[in-house]
Amino acid sequence: MTMLRGRGWITAIIMILLAVLPPIFVATGNAFWLDLATRLVILAIAAVSLNLILGYGGLVSFGHAALLGIGAYAVGIPAHHWLYGGGPEWLQTTSGWLQFPLAILAAALFALVTGAICLRTRGVYFIMITMAFAQMMYYLIVSIEEYGGDDGLVIDQRSELPFVDFSDPLQQYFFCFVSLVIVLLLVRMIVNSRFGMVLQGAKGNEERMRTLGYNVYAYRLTAYVISGAMCGFAGALLGNFTTFISPEMMDWQRSGELMFMVILGGASTTVGPVLGAVVFIVLEHLLSSLPEPLGVYWHLPFGLLLIIVVLFVRGGLTTLLTRRGDR
Amino acid sequence: MDTSLFIIQLLNGIQLGLLLFLVASGLTLVFGILDFVNLAHGALYMVGAFICASLTYATGSFILAVIIALPLTAAVGFVIERLVARPLYARNHLDQVLATFGLILVLDTAAHLIWGPQGMAVPLPEFLQGQISLSGGLVLPTFRLVIIFTGLAAAGGLFWLVNYTRLGMLIRAGASNRTMVSALGINIQLLFSLVFALGAALAGLAGMLIAPITEASIGMGNSIIITAFVVIIVGGIGSMKGAFLAALMIGLIDTLGRSYLDEIFSLVMSPVAAENSAPAISAMLIYIIMAAVLAFRPQGLFPPKVR
Repeated sequence: MTMLRGRGWITAIIMILLAVLPPIFVATGNAFWLDLATRLVILAIAAVSLNLILGYGGLVSFGHAALLGIGAYAVGIPAHHWLYGGGPEWLQTTSGWLQFPLAILAAALFALVTGAICLRTRGVYFIMITMAFAQMMYYLIVSIEEYGGDDGLVIDQRSELPFVDFSDPLQQYFFCFVSLVIVLLLVRMIVNSRFGMVLQGAKGNEERMRTLGYNVYAYRLTAYVISGAMCGFAGALLGNFTTFISPEMMDWQRSGELMFMVILGGASTTVGPVLGAVVFIVLEHLLSSLPEPLGVYWHLPFGLLLIIVVLFVRGGLTTLLTRRGDR
Repeated sequence: MDTSLFIIQLLNGIQLGLLLFLVASGLTLVFGILDFVNLAHGALYMVGAFICASLTYATGSFILAVIIALPLTAAVGFVIERLVARPLYARNHLDQVLATFGLILVLDTAAHLIWGPQGMAVPLPEFLQGQISLSGGLVLPTFRLVIIFTGLAAAGGLFWLVNYTRLGMLIRAGASNRTMVSALGINIQLLFSLVFALGAALAGLAGMLIAPITEASIGMGNSIIITAFVVIIVGGIGSMKGAFLAALMIGLIDTLGRSYLDEIFSLVMSPVAAENSAPAISAMLIYIIMAAVLAFRPQGLFPPKVR
């Protein structure tokens, strides 16, 4: 078992806990903790997708929450038309066979169009232009009154798929958990492939990769689209989970939180973003449920933690726990 | 088209533009000289507004409150530079974005702790509350004009400071070559702290000017900071002139776009289509402009001459 060294252990422990704890929550009547676990796993998928471009590609996207929102609205809009009519007939459905592919395709398309423009820029300009596109998406949804605008949209009927009942919390959880496992395996596969090597090479030295004859732009755009598609899928899960979606999901502060999860856990490690999401969500819950009046001010220690992690914990928790960095 | 309405919208646009300039000028100074992305710059706008609100109640005078609140906000900026910003100068932009994001949470919650969850209204003295009648039956609130004149005065003062004083010369020198300035025996660390404090005071001033209209509230900086980033990117990072022109441009486009885009659209499309698409496009307009600038002219419309 040479694989189970360092990060391998962390991965194993987290995944086993995520597989074992939720049924225990249900058996002991802790429905709330199951909810927390579901949200955690969904955001972990989003963080893992962001890590593909941020951690391995070195592309600091500050607009990933928009993709999450697109995925959620790909569930909400068909469900809305299914109930209230309107829109093209093929869209009036609660079938997951339409909603999930729609979420993935819409997010991938958004990533393709915006990525094609964003990837022409570098550094801080890239951060800002990805944010600008996310803000456009935010204001677009705000201005569409039919879908609730600012007030958001209630999803009256969750997605229907033959093998999972989204209204059963435990089934929903395991669908999300299995999705996370698949996404993790996919990202691992991509990263260790020739494609992933070029992507990481371009992060280290773009000029060199270009001299070696690689079309860095095309590689990055492909990674950007794959990442977007994954995040769109996470968004569809999130819509099904919350059954209430609003433009607020796409706010730049949500994008910042996703970035924090990646950096907290450790960018450019497979399991880092999952660990980051776990710590983020659990800490958020624990701090906000402190006794009054402390709980109201939970953002204060949370913000301090964020600053301290950035200043002192380089490489994130994964590196801290395994005590060996890449550098 | 209603001319007096148009003039009022025009002045509203200029007012928004000047407030944006006050926030963006500090941002572009810090960004241009220190290469530091400060998301928490908007929080200083909020801090300024709250300090001014408290002082207005304590002293009974809005004007006096602004005069005292300016150095206080600068002091907050000075402390933040020492504690949080300085260790981040050598880091990459990702670290800076995240740490200052954390700083926003800290400052917003600190404001919540100190001033409570509700917003704070700022009462104006009576001579600022009235309206001024201009020729042609045009009536304008006095305070709006005060904002415009204060904004212009602050912009003028800043141009004088940057272009005609020793400190301004050092700031410009620091922007083009940091290492050389410190090799010439200038205390570059102190210079950085001062630039940061100056930026904080300017953002704080914008917050103080808007507070009597919108009241001071938690998170008020989080929307203007993003618009201020749009301004400095459209104008060209590090350029004071660029920040000024882009701020006015963005302020006018945003205000006029929201009022008149449907009319412009209805010239080329059906009234129903225009009415449906105009709100969406006008809300997205400034981001569309920013994306276009980044895609076709990444250095901005008015980039600094020496980089």
